[in-house]
Amino acid sequence: MRINNHPILDQKKEEEEEITFTFEGKELKGFKGETVAAALIANGVRVFRRSTKDNRPRGLFCAIGNCSSCLMKVDGESNVRTCMKRLEEGMEVQRQEGEGEI
Amino acid sequence: MLTTEIVVIGGGPAGMNSALAAASQGAEVTLLDRNWELGGQLVKQTHKFFGSENQFAGERGIDIAEILSERVHDNSRITVRKNSSVLGIYHDGVLTFEQDDKYKKLTSRQTVVATGAAEKFLSFTNNDLPGVYGAGAVQTLMNQQGVLPGKNVLIIGAGNIGLIVAYQLLQAGVSVEAIIEALPEIGGYEVHRDKIKRMGVPILTSHSIKKAYGEERVEGAIIGEIDSSWSFIDGTKKDFKADVICLAVGLSPLIDLLHPLGLEISYVPNLGGLAPKRDEYLETTISGYFVAGDCAGVEEASSAMMEGNIAGLSAANSIGYKKSFQEKFRNNRDELRKLREGETAKEVRAGLGEVRL
Ligand SMILES: Cc1cc2nc3c(=O)[nH]c(=O)nc-3n(C[C@H](O)[C@H](O)[C@H](O)COP(=O)(O)OP(=O)(O)OC[C@H]3O[C@@H](n4cnc5c(N)ncnc54)[C@H](O)[C@@H]3O)c2cc1C
Repeated sequence: MRINNHPILDQKKEEEEEITFTFEGKELKGFKGETVAAALIANGVRVFRRSTKDNRPRGLFCAIGNCSSCLMKVDGESNVRTCMKRLEEGMEVQRQEGEGEI
Repeated sequence: MLTTEIVVIGGGPAGMNSALAAASQGAEVTLLDRNWELGGQLVKQTHKFFGSENQFAGERGIDIAEILSERVHDNSRITVRKNSSVLGIYHDGVLTFEQDDKYKKLTSRQTVVATGAAEKFLSFTNNDLPGVYGAGAVQTLMNQQGVLPGKNVLIIGAGNIGLIVAYQLLQAGVSVEAIIEALPEIGGYEVHRDKIKRMGVPILTSHSIKKAYGEERVEGAIIGEIDSSWSFIDGTKKDFKADVICLAVGLSPLIDLLHPLGLEISYVPNLGGLAPKRDEYLETTISGYFVAGDCAGVEEASSAMMEGNIAGLSAANSIGYKKSFQEKFRNNRDELRKLREGETAKEVRAGLGEVRL
């Protein structure tokens, strides 16, 4: 869900470039330059990875690159902070299992 | 290896002002921030700020960020490196960072750390369920990214941040189910509190969250009343349906980068947690390393800017850029004192007493 009318901010993304990326192989739409995490949340995705110890679902928490709750596999690379990584056309985003592959 | 005279880590209000102050004295500065835009916390604050005119009172945080960032970019003595996460600081004056997926090294003669604060967490059952967000994350999603965090939100913490975020959520059309506050009284300013109350959001004091529940993501929470020893009182359980639990339970200084250098720190609850000891020039116990802003003790943007000025001037002074240093230092120090005079800054004043060298 996106904000289309805001009393203070001009956040209309209409003029911005809509692009396609994949999440777990499925095609989703997002906007170029927004964070991967924001694009996922806008598409209703909440579970970003599973924890190392008890395989618990994990999602976004701090959104400013501090906490590592949002680490995912992006274009084959594990442990990418999706709250800092900006979305690009054709990006392949996957849930990360545990520590990921290094 | 890259070199600079003064490196400033963090491009929030404290870091930007440090860079500007040091550059105004003649020093050559490199400013690093892990974000793709400067401004720190300010880039998501849509409300008008308190404070005095010198610190842009009455302006919205987002606009202050823009004004300062423009000044920094226009200054030929300041090199700005965005998308740059500082990874480590070493004893020999070398700092390592990652910029656009590349590992880089930088040496400097003086370092100002202005990394801001990290959000505090809270212990309750299932607190790791997706949908439990920090208040900063909710703001980042809404106000910077234009994305709604969810449909109905339960906020934990009725300090200024909890109240402001509640208001911003309502502005964006999200329903705020309630604000839960463990203390018997609401901590935030009256103006913020009254606005929220007028909009019909219940604020439950002496309440805390017992558990979150939901299949793979937050679907609701059980809250209850607590007694003076913070234990839940039997028979007071309430069930709130919500898809987001927003934690607004405070911030703590982010100084991990400085710990390995062995600087002296002290646990000061009034400043948010572990805070670095420093002298009046904001130099830590490690010579050549200064702190400014929330990472020195959680306060607000106005004090962060003044501290930024002081740290920047002092760092420049240490390497010979002494242009009317004493006078400029005193002006900033006096103004900062004025900012901290009021009743609301009482706790900060007490906290600062514990870390001043
Ligand atoms: C909801 C809310 C409302 C607020 N309202 C007000 C108000 O009305 N008035 C007011 O005066 N204040 C207000 N504040 C407080 C104010 O925003 C902060 O006190 C202020 O932003 C602190 O500035 P700073 O420069 O110290 O830190 P920040 O603004 O947090 O900036 C720190 C910067 O450091 C960067 N960084 C951190 N670690 C690294 C690293 N390892 N490498 C590279 N970069 C790094 C971050 O990306 C960030 O840009 C509010 C805060 C919040 C959360």
